[in-house]
Amino acid sequence: MNGGDDINRRTLLLRSLSAAPMALSPALLEALQHAHTAAASDTPPRLEFFDAPTAAEIEAIAAEVIPSGATPGAREAGVIWFIDRALAGFDRHKRELYRRGLGEAQAAARRLFPGSTSIAALSGEQRIRLLQSIEQGEFFAAVRVHTITAFLAGPRWGGNRGQAGWKLIGHQDAGQFQPPFGYYDREADIE
Amino acid sequence: MSRPPFRASEPVDFLIVGSGAAGGVLANELATAGFSVVVLEQGPWLREKDFTHDEFDVGFRSALTNDPARQPNTYRRSSSDAVQVRKVVEYGRLVGGGSVHFTANYWRFHETDFRERSRWGDVPGATLADWPISYAELEPYYTKAEYEIGVSGLDGSNPFEPPRSRPYPLPPMRVKSSGVLFERAARRLGLHPYPAPVAILSRPYRGRGACTLCGFCEKFGCEVRAKSSTLATVIPAALKTGRCEIRPNSYARKIQVDRRGRAGGVVYFDARRREVFQRAKAVVVCANGAETPRLLLMSKSNLFPDGLANSSGLVGKNFMVDSWVFVSGLFEHPLNEFKGIQVTRVVQDYYDSDPRRGCYGGAGIDCRFDWYPISFALSGLPPDAPAWGSGFKEAIAHYYTRTMALLAHCTCLPVESNSVSLDPAHKDAWGLPALRVTFDSHPDDVINMRFMKDRMVEMLDVAGARKTWALPIGDLLPSAHLMGTCRMGDDAKRSVINRDHRAHDVPNLFLVDGSSLVTSGRQQPTATIQALAYRAAERITRLAKSGSL
Repeated sequence: MNGGDDINRRTLLLRSLSAAPMALSPALLEALQHAHTAAASDTPPRLEFFDAPTAAEIEAIAAEVIPSGATPGAREAGVIWFIDRALAGFDRHKRELYRRGLGEAQAAARRLFPGSTSIAALSGEQRIRLLQSIEQGEFFAAVRVHTITAFLAGPRWGGNRGQAGWKLIGHQDAGQFQPPFGYYDREADIE
Repeated sequence: MSRPPFRASEPVDFLIVGSGAAGGVLANELATAGFSVVVLEQGPWLREKDFTHDEFDVGFRSALTNDPARQPNTYRRSSSDAVQVRKVVEYGRLVGGGSVHFTANYWRFHETDFRERSRWGDVPGATLADWPISYAELEPYYTKAEYEIGVSGLDGSNPFEPPRSRPYPLPPMRVKSSGVLFERAARRLGLHPYPAPVAILSRPYRGRGACTLCGFCEKFGCEVRAKSSTLATVIPAALKTGRCEIRPNSYARKIQVDRRGRAGGVVYFDARRREVFQRAKAVVVCANGAETPRLLLMSKSNLFPDGLANSSGLVGKNFMVDSWVFVSGLFEHPLNEFKGIQVTRVVQDYYDSDPRRGCYGGAGIDCRFDWYPISFALSGLPPDAPAWGSGFKEAIAHYYTRTMALLAHCTCLPVESNSVSLDPAHKDAWGLPALRVTFDSHPDDVINMRFMKDRMVEMLDVAGARKTWALPIGDLLPSAHLMGTCRMGDDAKRSVINRDHRAHDVPNLFLVDGSSLVTSGRQQPTATIQALAYRAAERITRLAKSGSL
């Protein structure tokens, strides 16, 4: 059953990615392959699920969950590409939550800040106030979990570009380490 | 004798359901003893090159474990509650089973675990019982397991450890910062910390290389074969005999019995969901403490209307899970706990029950870090840390390298109403009844867990933690330790299998896995399951060779 690394990886993924439908669609397979190849390539990937204005709105929210600053945040890590692919494929059951949730968030933005045109166009301070008003809701919870997951998952899933998330927290996936590992085992006896 | 691949229509000597900690051992032992063996494994046959460090895939997409989307579980606290659909059990779903993805803590049970009822008497509301076998009877098989698969540890370092006939085959793994801090604090408190015994190679052993300290033991498959899973150890040996066939993607749905009430083989779904009936002279079920009783309950027939081997009514009852308490501590300097194996130090000072604590129960406590980046950011921070925004970003950047945890592995009392059963309404993707769990911790378990939480906070404080925080006590599920559901005993009315692991009701049916356990020990059941498997293999071999099956 083992025809090479790619086939195995795909088989492994497919086994595990069976959220709602029992049968695995060719679209899901493609999305997965795309996620893999897009993460590996330098050319900017193409949005599979969102249109550009919607992607900008979601990205603006993600960028408040993990803001940019002295170190890269959700935006620089390409979190939006992970979310786009999630909704195109393995998390397709969350599409309606995103559609409805974003609509409600935009309506809330217009109420809070009359004359505002989009979440992306709000000032940072306004956006934080908006998100504080919806942070207990299901939509914000979903974007938050997606953003954090994307930021810290393997780069091949589309986010965590340049390992930005791992660099921030100090994680390394080196395959092997030599002691001492940390501050407190520097003087430990070697058994 | 015919050789693999075997034909379904020709009875093999032994058909084993499950290729995990127990199934892998039995496959090798029975094939080595000269029998023809087929092993049915519901999951795929992954090789080392298929294993990744992909946390999203493994930790969140069930790449190596039962997939709740295709195999839903249902849960209720008591039989009078309505069920909710949620993941309740977690097991390795691949060749090698849970031995592939476990943390690799390899603790022997103590002498007391086999005679808790005699020592402490009746615990109201529980079905605490003595085992029909003693620690002394099992000791040679613990030793055999440690040497066959490769276990690292330090002989004589744990004053509470039961007697052992041989030292560990390999020296202990190198300590990490959590172990240094824990050891220092434990000694200051008058406790007895010792190097964790683990089924991970500290040195090359029997053709396998030593651990590279990559940090991905718990939940992951080991791509360098340093974790002593059955996939890396006894399964290759079984295949070498030329008498064993491993059949992956083979999902057992019913054990067939003949008119005399003997097991005749197993009906399973193959990879293309076709039903296959593999005939066998004897059947050994090693499908884990949840799936073994489920398979028996699905194997109803005219002779066994309540499920196979269930004349006691105890198949699926007395379900015991991983009772744990998890306390984290933040330290001043980086520990970088993501490097190296998960656990390097343990204390068993609180192993034994002590009536002064106001309950039955005990625990072993280890120091560890079993988070990975995503899980840590989602669940590893203190409850008062910001959940998003710049404060959240600062928190994950500061805490990830500076956090360690203590985990108490606590007794789980057997309670008859805690059970695994067939859900009458929900089905899995193959149309089989979903696994339904009814579970509520015994009140003594809760008191015990609270006591252990206080001990761990104390240790972290003494270790110099800047801050400590605990995960909520008693939120135990999903559990990866699945025990007690086909308990061993001499009395056929009060147990499912006898001391040979033979079903009281079916002479050529054996059950060997977590379901056999009478008590929970202080969790970490894998060593005991494998010791039982070696012992069972010897006894089954003797029965078969003397024509007594």
